[in-house]
Amino acid sequence: MTPSTSEESEAAGASSGAAVNDFSISVATVNGTGSQTANSTLLRAIMRMGVPVSGKNIFPSNIQGLPTWYVMRLSEEGWIAPREKADVVICMNRETAREDVMKCAPGGWIIYDAPFKLDTLRDDLHYFAVPFGTLVRDVAPPKLHRLVVNMLYVGVAAELLDLDMVAIDGALENAFGKKPKALEINQKAVRHGRDWAAENLTRPDGGFRIEKRNLTEGKILIDGNSAAGLGSVMAGVTVIAWYPITPSTSVVEAAEKYLEKFRRDENGKATFAVIQAEDELAAIGMTLGAAWAGARSMTATSGPGISLMSEFIGLSYYAEIPAVIANVQRTGPSTGLPTRTMQGDILFCAYASHGDTKHPMLLPATPLEAYEMMQDAHDLAERFQTTVFFMSDLDLGMNNWMSDPLPYPTKDHDRGKVITTAEGFEKQGGAKEWGRYKDVDGDGIPWRTLPGLEVDGAAWFARGSGHNEYARYTESEAVYEGNVDRLTRKFESMKPAVPAPERSNCCAGGAPVGVIAYGTVHHSLVEARSRLKEQGFEFDYLRIRAFPFAESIGEFIAAHDHVYVVEQNRDGQMLALLRNEIPHISAKLRSVRHYDGMPVPARAIVTDILSQEATA
Amino acid sequence: MPTPPSLPSAPGLPGGKPKGPPVNRRELSSKDYGGGASTLCRGCGHDAISAAVARALWENSENPYKIAKMSGIGCSSKTTAYWLSRSWGFNSVHGRMPSVTTGAVVANRSLNAVGVSGDGDTASIGIGQFVHVVRRNLPMTYIVANNGVYGLTKGQFSATADRGSKSKKGAINDFEAIDLCGLALELDCTFVARSYSADRKQLIPILRAAFQHRGTAIIDIISPCVTFNNHAGSTKSYDWGKEHEQPIHEVGYVNEWDLDEVEYEAGSGINVTLPDGGELHLTKLGRDHDPRDLSAAKALVADAQAKHEFLTGIFYINEKRENLHEQIDMVDTPLCELPQSVTRPSREMLAEVMASFA
Repeated sequence: MTPSTSEESEAAGASSGAAVNDFSISVATVNGTGSQTANSTLLRAIMRMGVPVSGKNIFPSNIQGLPTWYVMRLSEEGWIAPREKADVVICMNRETAREDVMKCAPGGWIIYDAPFKLDTLRDDLHYFAVPFGTLVRDVAPPKLHRLVVNMLYVGVAAELLDLDMVAIDGALENAFGKKPKALEINQKAVRHGRDWAAENLTRPDGGFRIEKRNLTEGKILIDGNSAAGLGSVMAGVTVIAWYPITPSTSVVEAAEKYLEKFRRDENGKATFAVIQAEDELAAIGMTLGAAWAGARSMTATSGPGISLMSEFIGLSYYAEIPAVIANVQRTGPSTGLPTRTMQGDILFCAYASHGDTKHPMLLPATPLEAYEMMQDAHDLAERFQTTVFFMSDLDLGMNNWMSDPLPYPTKDHDRGKVITTAEGFEKQGGAKEWGRYKDVDGDGIPWRTLPGLEVDGAAWFARGSGHNEYARYTESEAVYEGNVDRLTRKFESMKPAVPAPERSNCCAGGAPVGVIAYGTVHHSLVEARSRLKEQGFEFDYLRIRAFPFAESIGEFIAAHDHVYVVEQNRDGQMLALLRNEIPHISAKLRSVRHYDGMPVPARAIVTDILSQEATA
Repeated sequence: MPTPPSLPSAPGLPGGKPKGPPVNRRELSSKDYGGGASTLCRGCGHDAISAAVARALWENSENPYKIAKMSGIGCSSKTTAYWLSRSWGFNSVHGRMPSVTTGAVVANRSLNAVGVSGDGDTASIGIGQFVHVVRRNLPMTYIVANNGVYGLTKGQFSATADRGSKSKKGAINDFEAIDLCGLALELDCTFVARSYSADRKQLIPILRAAFQHRGTAIIDIISPCVTFNNHAGSTKSYDWGKEHEQPIHEVGYVNEWDLDEVEYEAGSGINVTLPDGGELHLTKLGRDHDPRDLSAAKALVADAQAKHEFLTGIFYINEKRENLHEQIDMVDTPLCELPQSVTRPSREMLAEVMASFA
């Protein structure tokens, strides 16, 4: 999709040199210089001033030395999607400084390292030259210069944007609370930057300012991967097997952190196991082995890992062994853009592995959903004895989001149809009647026993080859067909069990046009919806939260004249999945796609929908 | 660690039979360790391995319900269906038996895992997982039924076929064989043995010791394929095995409860005590080899491979190295038995985490 340059949409995307609590800040630094803490200090301080804010890290697939940007968006309305252009740009990277200036919104502010000499590049901007190199010498020994210099720009920004020092100190406390020495030096740096700016810089009238509000009361700031990792811990995950891959690594790192903290017994022994496997093939193998033995298990990966795991995913489906796979999607195909976001594995995961297979997918849009759906994923995997995909993406997983605190779970763990006692085994028919793959309850879900149960007849043989109701090998055509048909029934019976779609009509009676989105595109969509409404175009909105599709999704599509499916991939994967699964609504679907690896700007959706409406 | 209410404590052992076939300490007959009928070719070495495994489990009085029968894909991997029907089997994915076993054993440390793989399953697609399971010293017995050939796909060389050996169709193998025992020793594997499917007398005590070993026990068992690799020119045929097997010692295994009844002549060999209290007794046959000496074991196996000698016996055993459970400092209670009261953090814990994000 080519972004429009029409004046109307420019107006929607950029301010003109002055705004209170409604602008964006872009910090351009070099990867590996420790700017992360400075940026999250700014972000957290803004939130602590009661102003809704989100932060997105745009970073290279590199350890040190390449350009990286951190973009914060302040919005009292709570808009999160990136704006086309930043209003306040902090230039700390000489290499990209010229480009960063050229990309700034008209009327914007440039705070830059004085030696870069940027103030002649454009005459519609306001420049603040800061001698960071000199200032840092006043506050830190040489070996700390590279790290501490970042806190200087926090101080300069604090002065220029009216950031509250109490909020900044609170944010610093959050970052360095346990390291008093580091806290002290960083506080000193922030104050030095602020004091220098107060004495030497003049703020233009109006300009960009942050004013205290009370819009973030009780909120937390959290990345989706931490929320997902914590969700898995609350779900009682006990075995995690994984292989590091961006952008999923921090799911397991977060989970492991909390397991280490909360899951050691009175003797310090671990009541969990986290195993860094040799590759994704082994990671999913261990996950299945642990689930077969009866422990809650999971793995986390991204697209390339799913490719490797596909063979085992088919085994999980066919032998009916639970697995939770967190797929934090990144831009493919192949290695693709490892540090960019995409909803690129929707079709692949829905049908992963050879033969006829189908897998449930959960589609979180917020850290709260990441936390809750990770718990759902564990319950569903054991309830339905199959692989459940938790489909996050880099944007949700690795960026900071404002959220309500994550609530304590209200439901007990659902361990599904597991026989764990001799009495339980007798109840299911005992040695004479019980069959591992018998559909005794009519929902396609059989009862399973766990290895080690000391009862004759309770053992079964897990295999990926053809098997009958008693898990014995067979090549019988009728038995094969009966078994895979039962698997279809089982899949169908998941529909009411997975997270239901969220529908919001535009108005009483609804609109003739519908829009479907899912995952993080939701945030761009709601902003686009508000802008479109301003321009007189309204629609009903349905957010898909899971596959298999609830009946209400087909009903929503059927009830509208046409429906846009807005998503973040080149091929319209969700649209294709909808067409495949609900064929009769095919003709009603239209596609809106954005796939440059960055979160979707609201304007892109506005432009695309308006242009399709005009030509249709 | 509390026992979850949902899982039973172990019931009493099945009642003894007053008359009939001999029973072990669990009052079970050898038949009780049997499985389904084999679907392999008549005379396949693998069937002899299955019989030896069942026999060794019975002689050790292993708890049948706690044996986890793990396998990958291939003729060898099918065999876990042919012994011990009383217990659970997992016939997984080609070359991936070690990872599935790792997950299972970590989840339930009361399981005694016996993995059966083949030379295709282990030495080709599975070589990475073989290496890493050894590296972790996972408590398990890892049997390689090694016939040097792909049977189910009709006779291609495998990566353990000796250089210069001949296929059924007459092709000569140009590639050097991977010696799985040599590789395992390089990785400091804590139990490394080679045996021969037709040498039941040696194989059974090796298996009995392996079942009680506290880390990964690798047993490479040469197991002739009667259909595709039993001809002249093969180095994995019955004729070759009969003519070339050189046991380095005589292997005996005595369970703890039988120790009083057995007396070894002083200085007749080397004794190694296993964690269950049983004793491995190795009586010298021709060669001097101390299986507790890693560098001697490496030299012995490397030398045999260079000379194309078919040495059998226990090359190396080390009961001291930490196994995976110890390395990750895991509780004694099987993880799969932990109740929700243990596996779900409290409200206070969650509140503490939330405060860190405020």
